Amino acid sequence: MLDSGLTHATRWALLPGAGHLLLGRRQRGVHLLAYTVLVLGVLAWRWDRFVHALTSTALDQWVAALFLVASIAGAVWFSVWDVRRLARQAGEPTRGKSPMRIAMRRFRANSLAVASVYVIVLMYLVAILAPLLAPHDPSSIEHVMETRYLAPSWSHLMGTDEFGRDLLSRAIYGARVSLSIGLLAMVVAKLIGTTYGAIAGYFGGWVDNVMMRAVDVVIAFPTFYLMLMLVGVFEANIVVLVLILGLTAWPGTARFIRGEFLSLREQEFIESARSIGLPAPAIILRHLIPSALSPVLVSAAFSVAGMIGAEAGLSFLGLGIRPPTPSWGNMVSAGQDALLVAWWVAFFPGALLATVLIAFSLLADGLRDALDPKALMRRYL
Amino acid sequence: MLLEVRDLAAYFFLDEGVLKAVDGLSFDVEAGETVALVGESGCGKTIVALSLLGVVPSPGRVVGGSVRFDGVDVVRASPAELRRVRGAGIGIVFQEPGAALNPVHTVGRQIADVVQLHRGLTKHEADAEAVRLLGEMEIPEPEKRAKAYPHELSGGMRQRATIAVAVSARPRLLIADEPTTALDVTIQREILDLLGRLQRDFGMSLLIITHDIGVVEEMARRVMVMYAGKLVEVGDAERVFRDPRHPYTRGLLGSVPRLGGGRKTPLVGISGVVPDLLDLPPGCSFLPRCPLGDASCTAVFPPLEPVAGRLCACYKVHDAITT
Repeated sequence: MLDSGLTHATRWALLPGAGHLLLGRRQRGVHLLAYTVLVLGVLAWRWDRFVHALTSTALDQWVAALFLVASIAGAVWFSVWDVRRLARQAGEPTRGKSPMRIAMRRFRANSLAVASVYVIVLMYLVAILAPLLAPHDPSSIEHVMETRYLAPSWSHLMGTDEFGRDLLSRAIYGARVSLSIGLLAMVVAKLIGTTYGAIAGYFGGWVDNVMMRAVDVVIAFPTFYLMLMLVGVFEANIVVLVLILGLTAWPGTARFIRGEFLSLREQEFIESARSIGLPAPAIILRHLIPSALSPVLVSAAFSVAGMIGAEAGLSFLGLGIRPPTPSWGNMVSAGQDALLVAWWVAFFPGALLATVLIAFSLLADGLRDALDPKALMRRYL
Repeated sequence: MLLEVRDLAAYFFLDEGVLKAVDGLSFDVEAGETVALVGESGCGKTIVALSLLGVVPSPGRVVGGSVRFDGVDVVRASPAELRRVRGAGIGIVFQEPGAALNPVHTVGRQIADVVQLHRGLTKHEADAEAVRLLGEMEIPEPEKRAKAYPHELSGGMRQRATIAVAVSARPRLLIADEPTTALDVTIQREILDLLGRLQRDFGMSLLIITHDIGVVEEMARRVMVMYAGKLVEVGDAERVFRDPRHPYTRGLLGSVPRLGGGRKTPLVGISGVVPDLLDLPPGCSFLPRCPLGDASCTAVFPPLEPVAGRLCACYKVHDAITT
């Protein structure tokens, strides 16, 4: 009875989520199903654009189309794989509750944080699928005189700017710039910081001393002026901005990880791992980093917000992404001149920016509450 | 000889000065025998154990002597040789049950990791071996426990899991550093029985580090009494306990309550406190607390010399205790 139910579920899992629903995994099932419906909806709605994008030579178009295909395939594959896994484990004893799972449960109970995850995921989806979703060409300036500064209406939901460009489309394309810079710069900063701090903290002694003095030197530079100087020297584009933001933000993480490692190093389970003959890289990767990860996760979420804000700030000052490429920062900047005649030009990108920053801050707050090491320790002891 | 330690010295270089945690220790452990290392807290017992594995934590390090394990000098071995000694040659069980377990991985995974590392089994085989080892540690429902995280197990079970990790690479010497101190009495009994059985079944040598005389009497054939970084009396456990010769050993034994000792038998403590290892006087470090010591003890630390069928480091060894 159970067996036939399981194969039944596996077959149904071809429609992502359906298998989970049959097995009683409501939450995962609903999410998978909703995601699939959303993506399929986009596909149906913008079918002609999708076909066009697939054959397009423009990288961003092609990436959007490919992402759509890959995410459907991914959802199906994951759904089948996960249902199979659940089926396999049905008879076995269940795994204990890992600290991560305990944290996840606490995170889910925080509805504000969960809502911010939905907002963030939705924003990133829109950004990736920009060429399929944007209602107009974001840089078309053909009929400037007729379409200039149109107030929000059904054909232009966010109105138009001084060149008659559709602001919603520009905001959607701008999301790609702002969101990708925020995420990538955070990744660069955290990767460098974690690696650097891990090495310094694990080996300690003079290695630590030399490496931390180098960090002091980097920190001693006023970051904002350093960024101003660098964007002056290099032509600002996405890659340069990611590198500049990422390369100036890593010392904090490095210091933190190093401190964490210095204290973890003294823990008995690390001593034990060394005593049993585990080589240093394995100790760092399997024992130290997982234990030091949760605070990094929290600061990563804050850091994305910081990076997006920094990019917007630079672009607002005209030092970041240059028009006509839209970024939320330079859109706000373009709107400030027209604030009295066309409030919507600055308002919508500003509101989006605020939404994303608040969402990331709430996410970080939620993560911090969920991962609070003291709350976790109480369960260990 | 499985383990030969000669003139081992491990110092900690602190801002306040040099702390001589282990200072000129020599002893042997034969294959298959059980030896106990006894002494007060802070006398350097744990540092001896860590020195044997070459994992003395900074700012400490081994500054002299040799540790020859199965032909490899641990003090001078290359990192690769050391990694073979650790785990596969010498396993260690620490005091705090479960502190040796990483809270973020399941118990089974941590055992399987060591099995994979040292015995070259596949992940799948290693997982099965982990369950088997947990069963061998007399943990009920080992399949279930293997998937549990350390915080989900009781203290006794965690200590069993720690022992499973320590013996999973089939070491030839198992060091048990205060294996029962943090456990309650009934669990202590079970853990000691388990260690004894594993030692026989696996044909391991066992080095028990403890301050609990009862544990030594029960487990060990030979005993080494350590005081302030040095050995003061070494010999057959039964003989040493029946007829202790070093005044420190006498003090230790006198401070243990005995069943059947009668209510009249007074408990005698050792006066004074453990000396500051940062600032040891020349001569015998037990002198400030010693009932027998006099001016002749102040020059050099006494050498270990054979007396009455054991080794004893005391100038006054032949004097009778009159108090």
